[in-house]
Parts: sequence; C-alpha cells; structure tokens
Amino acid sequence: MAEAAIAAEGLSKRFGETAAARSVGFELGVGEVLGVLGPSGCGKTTLLRLLAGFERPDAGVVRVGGRTVVGPGVWAPPERRRVGMVAQDFALFPHLTVGQNVAFGLGGRGSSWASWAGAWARRLRRGALPGRAAEMLELVGLGEFAERYPHELSGGEAQRVALARALAPDPATVLLDEPFSNLDQNLRASLRAQLREVLRAAGTAAVFVTHDREEALSLADRIAVMRAGEIQQIGGALELYQRPVNRFVATFVGNANVLRGTRSAGGVETALGRLAVEGPGAELEEGSALEVLLRPEQLSLHAAEGEGARGRVAASEYYGHDQLVRIALEGGLMVEARVSGERRWRSGEGVWVGVSEPVLGFGVGG
Amino acid sequence: MSISSVPLSRPPRSLVQETLGRIPIVWLLALAVGAAACIPLVYLAVRAASADGAAWSDALSGDTLRLLLNTVALAAAVTAASGLIALPCAWLTERTDVPGARWWRVITAAPLAVPSYVAGLAVIAALGPNGSLQQLLGPLGVESLPELYGFGGAFLVLTLFSYPYMLLVLRAGLRDLDPALEEASRSLGRSGWETFRRVTLPQLRVPLAAGALLVALYVVSDFGAVSMMRFDTFTRAIYVRFGTTFDRSSLAVLSLVLVGLAALVLAVEASQRRRGERYHRLGAGAARRPRIAPLGRGRWAALGFLGALAAVALAIPLGVLLHWLARGLSQGESFSGLGSAALRSVEASALAGAAAVAAALPIAIVVVRRPGWLAGLVDRASYVGYALPGVVVAFAMIFFSLRVAPGLYQTLVILVFTYAVLFLPQAVGSLRAALVRVPPSLEEASRSLGRGAGGTLLSVTLPLIVPGLVSGFALVFLTTMKELPATLLLAPTGFDTLATRVWTDQEDVYLTRAAAAGLLLVFCAAAPMALLFGRMRLLRG
Repeated sequence: MAEAAIAAEGLSKRFGETAAARSVGFELGVGEVLGVLGPSGCGKTTLLRLLAGFERPDAGVVRVGGRTVVGPGVWAPPERRRVGMVAQDFALFPHLTVGQNVAFGLGGRGSSWASWAGAWARRLRRGALPGRAAEMLELVGLGEFAERYPHELSGGEAQRVALARALAPDPATVLLDEPFSNLDQNLRASLRAQLREVLRAAGTAAVFVTHDREEALSLADRIAVMRAGEIQQIGGALELYQRPVNRFVATFVGNANVLRGTRSAGGVETALGRLAVEGPGAELEEGSALEVLLRPEQLSLHAAEGEGARGRVAASEYYGHDQLVRIALEGGLMVEARVSGERRWRSGEGVWVGVSEPVLGFGVGG
Repeated sequence: MSISSVPLSRPPRSLVQETLGRIPIVWLLALAVGAAACIPLVYLAVRAASADGAAWSDALSGDTLRLLLNTVALAAAVTAASGLIALPCAWLTERTDVPGARWWRVITAAPLAVPSYVAGLAVIAALGPNGSLQQLLGPLGVESLPELYGFGGAFLVLTLFSYPYMLLVLRAGLRDLDPALEEASRSLGRSGWETFRRVTLPQLRVPLAAGALLVALYVVSDFGAVSMMRFDTFTRAIYVRFGTTFDRSSLAVLSLVLVGLAALVLAVEASQRRRGERYHRLGAGAARRPRIAPLGRGRWAALGFLGALAAVALAIPLGVLLHWLARGLSQGESFSGLGSAALRSVEASALAGAAAVAAALPIAIVVVRRPGWLAGLVDRASYVGYALPGVVVAFAMIFFSLRVAPGLYQTLVILVFTYAVLFLPQAVGSLRAALVRVPPSLEEASRSLGRGAGGTLLSVTLPLIVPGLVSGFALVFLTTMKELPATLLLAPTGFDTLATRVWTDQEDVYLTRAAAAGLLLVFCAAAPMALLFGRMRLLRG
C-alpha cells in the first residue's frame, strides 16, 4: 500500500478544561478529500491547526507522506511539514500581488536567508513570475490576475488564489478551514464544484472542515463527523446517511424525526405502529427503550384510510418537485414528511402516515 | 503499518544551547528590553535602600514637604484648567457645526509641538521684565508689570501647553461614543443639555480620567517650564541639587518621593479605567456618525473662544518669538552654531526614534501575539521609564553608567539609550496598534508555505506594519526633539542641541538667540507632527 498522504493517531489536545481533540485518528490516501463535519466548537479547527503545526498536541502522532512530523520527541514546525493551508479569511498577503502571493512558498524551504532575499528580489523585478506560480494560477482559472492586488479580488477569486498559493509548493496535503463560510451563499454551489475540480487536477489530498453538511456531503470522498473533540464516525456520504453509528451522527448528516419506542419481538413499538428495526437498536433485548429515527422521505402520506397512524396536517411548505409536511399525530406527536409534489397537502387536512421500513434504532442516549 | 518515521535530524547541541534554543529569540529580546527599561527605577531603589539615616531625614525634611505641596498644587491647578479648556474645545470641534471645524482641530492641538521651555521663553519674552508688553506699555507710563515668576507663571505656561494632551484624548472619546445612547436619551424626552450632562459626560469619564492623568503626569515631570518660571517643584530641586551636591543617596531618596507621586497618579487612573469598563458600545455593527449639534448664533461665541485660545496658546507666543528674532537680526546678532545645533538635534532624535522602534518590536510582538502574564509584565516594564520624570531617569542613568560602564558616560550611546528608555511606550503603542491589524492567519500562511519565523517577520509582518513603524519613529523623534533635562544632563560635552541652546541662552539672558533656537526647534518638531496628522487624515479617508 502506498504511504498515506496524511495520517493522525491518538491526537489529543486540551485547552484548560476543554478537550479540543480526543485521541483523533484517521488516514488519508493520495488525492483523497476528507471533510470534517461538526457543530461549531467541536474542535474541527483545532484539528486542522494540529495538523498544520500551529498548535502542539498533548499526545499523538501526525505523519505526512510517511514522515513523522509530530510524535514523541519529534516536532517539525509548520514550514517543514509539506502541509498547505487555506485559512478561513484566505489570508492573502495584502502587500503582495496575486502572482507574488502564489510564488511566496516557492524556492527553497525552511527559514534560510536566501529564500526571503530571493522573494524580495522577485518583488523588485515585477513580472518575473516563476513558472510554477503561473501554472497554479492557470489551474484555478486566474491566469490573467497575476498583477492584481488582493483587495481587487472578489471573495471567490480570493479563495482560488489562496488555494493556488497553498498548492504551489506541491504539499502532500492541503487543509481548508471553513472554505465557503466567507463567501456569498449563491456562489457556494458553483465554487464547490470548482474546488473539487482543482483538487482533483492537482492530485493533492485535502482535509477541510465545515459545519455545513451539504458542503461536506457534496465535496468530500469521506466525511469525519466530530463532536466534542472526538471523531464519531468516518465514512462515505451514503454510509453516514444510511448507517450512522449513533443518533448524533444520524441527525447531523440529515433531517430526521426522532421517536421513542420499545423493542419488541417483531421490531419496535412506536406512535406509528410496529416497525421493523435495524442499526444498533436492533441488537438490544426485548423491552428496552429505543430512539427511532425516521428520515422525512421515509414517511408516506395517504388521504384515504389505510395503513399507518392517523393525523392532521399542521403546516406545509410546497417546493414544486417536493413538499415538506408537518403532521400532528393523534397522540399529539409532530412528525415531518418529505413527499412528492404531485398533490398539495394543506393545513387541517386529515391524513394517514405510512412508513417505509426498516427504520434505524438506537439505544436511548446513544 | 510501520512507523518508519524519518526524524528531522539536527546536529547534537549542548544543554545551554538546548535550553536557550527552546526560548524563542523574540522572548529573549522582549525580556532584555523590559529589563533595560527598569534600570532607572531599580537603580533608585537600590540607592535609596542603602542611604543612611541622615540622607533620609534630609530628604524628608520640611523642605521636601514644601516641594511636595508646590508640585501637587501646580499639577491640580493645571489639570483642572486644562479640563476647562479641553472639554468645550473637544466638543466644539468634534460635535458641532462650528465653521472650519477641520482646521480648528489642527490648530487647537498644535501647541503640542511647542516644548514647555520654549513656551516659558515666549511668556518671559512677552510678559517678563523688559518683555514685549513692557516695551509696549512703557511709553504709557506703566513702570512695572505684576510678578510673573513663581506659581502664576508656571501655571499659565503649563496650562496653555499641556491642555492638548487632554483635548486629544477627549476627542477620541467623543468619537467612540455610541450615538444610539444619546438618541435614546433624546427620545426619552431629555433636552440636548440634559443629555450631555446625564449621558454623554458620564461616558466621557474614562477619557477625562486618562487625559487628566496625562496632564498631571506631564506637570509632575516637567522640568523646563517650572525651572524657567523659577517655581520650586521636585524636578527643579533635583536638578539644582544635582549641580551642587554629589550625595547620590539623598538625590535618590528625593527622586523616589517624586516617583511615588507619579505612581499615585497612575494608580488613580488605573482604578478609574477599571470602573469605566462598563461603558462601551452596545452591540456590534458599524458605528454611525454621531449627531452634529447646530450652534446657530452661538457659533460666534464658539469662534471667539477658539480664536482666543489659538491666539493665546499659539499666535502670540510665536509672534513674540518672531518679534525677538527680528530684533536680533536687525541688531546684527550672530546666530552661529544654530545650524549645527539643529543637525545634532535631528541626529540624536533620529537615533532615538530608530532605537526605540527597534526595541519596541519584540515587546509589541509578544504583547499582541503571545498574550499572557509574562507579556503583561514585559508590557508594564516598558512603561516604567515613561512614567518617571526625565530628570530622575537622566540622573539615574548618569550614576548607573558611571558605575557599570564608565567609558560610556557622556557619550551619544548613553544619551540615545536614555531617550529610548524614556519614550519606549510611544513606539510600543504605535507598533502594537499596527500589529493588531495584521491577522495572525497571514503569518501562519507564510509558515505553512515554508518560511521560518525570521523569514515570516521580514517578508510578511514588517512590510505590513510599515505605517506603525513610521508613526512610532515620528512620535519618538518629536518627543526627543523637545526633551530637555536628560539632554542637559547626559549630552556629551560640546554636544549642543536646539533644546540645550534655548536653555543656556535664556539662562544667559540672550533672549534673541534663545528665540531663534526656540523657533527652529518648533519648526523641526512640527514637521514630523504634520506627517502624523497627514497620515491620520489619510487613514480616515
């Protein structure tokens, strides 16, 4: 097997009482993109900073391209890690042109005087852009922008320059901190596609952190869901969505109705009747309390009496291709269903709610 | 998977290297600068501790009590009068539609460029015996003017030339106020005056206290004006005693009493600031321009007030000095040596500015980038020299250099070192403000792109804080140009600067020559100030 582009083992970091990273471990192959998804304050950014070398871990090992950069008795400062970083604010040097920004990391590693002297010489001889920098600017589609200054760029352009700059020294991995949080909502979808494209073309492994699940699901090959400094689950989008290991992951990667239920011989007893169950809850013995997860699209609505529970439409949002309907069940419970837009459900209508089985079950508190 | 790590091999190092190598260079430099700034205070404390009973009883005699009362009375009177001038002045120029507000802002702050001893010289030349006023009134039969020397003269000079310190702080305070609070008060039915008294003024408490501290500290430390006005305060007494006695211990004790006074002023301000922390802008969001009050017919009164102030604090003193200069020129007075004195002033001030900025850089870096108790300690240490009166620092540095490095006594090195100790915080403040505006993510980006700590400092941080370096240099340059006591006591023999020329010429009653040196000094000191003002206007767009 080829060396992992970047790998972490048992990475831990505390800030006073708070554990920002608890024994975090993962391995990323060459060219692979990992999305770290979690609520704000879960330690995602700390994880990036530990990998980049801006923070020292209390324990654990980081390897970049097979070389240990942090570990017992080993510490490589950021400049000797071959790890590129795209900061949340993009951190473009405002006193340098776009071309000079991208060329900044080229020519000599380490803190040698020659390297910064070379940079100053380049600053003086405007226009003499190293080939690699020009190449990277072309890659992100900004070949014409070399002479501009960062303040003349739009948010999306600044992000691509920051990416080109991080990629220019040919790092083993690039890290991206909330890559889209500073960008206009309407641009995000197209910028995501561009970013994916550039990373693929460069063939560089990438780790990005986000609290936006749509972003994580659409951009990453694999996703690590993080909570309170701990990775809960790592896997592909489909795996996380369909086979989450606990309720936190399940609700974080997608909308879900959470119902109380009791494990019974045939499955689980809920307000929506007896349902076939799978997941960790299926392992529990009869009579134990369960939490049952129902994705909104698992529910079906019927106007005529049929199978399932009876309820009344409380509210609905109609989107054309589908609609989101909130139903008050007879027991008083509210559930949300995503159904097709063939027919519009209106508030006050009586309705029967069916479930496509099996459903996911977890032990209470899992 | 195998852990075949390739450790980053380095040549083996000795234990000392290993220990030192773990402390970043920036910390070593910051700690060294902080320690150097504490030299005067430590020296005084050690000296005073070793003083015998006689020195203490001498220093704490009834004479000292008189000095103490004189100093406190002068500081209190000047501070109060400065507040009475600065508050209306700040309000008129910041918050009203007084005609030409932009120009008044510059004019009312301009006396800052006039050193207190040049102001003293101007007042003596105008109102003193044989002064301009006497010459004007002589033909009318007025034989003599009321006594100028003493408390009255010192009060007049120091008030007219230290109120701008308060003014600048108050103006910044007025600009920072949240207009929403005043609007809320108005909408609750309070009149404009009531709003000012019950909402605006209480919020100005912190800037008022800060401004009062600056003025009081300035008065307590001032040497030039009180000496020229022959009013006995601590600084004058220390200087006079230094000339007549070489009893270092009693000088040290006397200095420590003065230092205690300065420390008291600082402590009062600090407690005011803590109490004032509850006043701040409500919520985030862009600050709106505060309401501009229409003056209506009152603007003639406002113009009268500002005009009178400009005349008394700026036009008349400069006019009088020009008058004496013209008289000297017409009498064929020789102004030889003035040019070389100006060059030496510029040389010493430029060296001091460069030294202070260089010394301030590591301190600013640790304070902004590595905050914590140690950085706080270093920061406070850098203020020690600033809080001490120049006479005291100069006196301590003389004896310290005689003791530790006699070869350096009366050299430019020790003079520039003393300037740097005296004015370090001005440079630290400028660099700090500039550094705060550089996001740490830029430095991190540079590190992850392969630059080391040193390379990052040179290619990212320094180019971005050039404005801070320039304004820090200009501030220290300006202050050093005006500095008198340390220059008098520490300058190498024959190293005449403009400041020492003003001093010695007026002592010898060569008023025409002193006026020429004073005018040249104001001009040289005003140039960097104009630069600063220009920058500020640029920054404000």
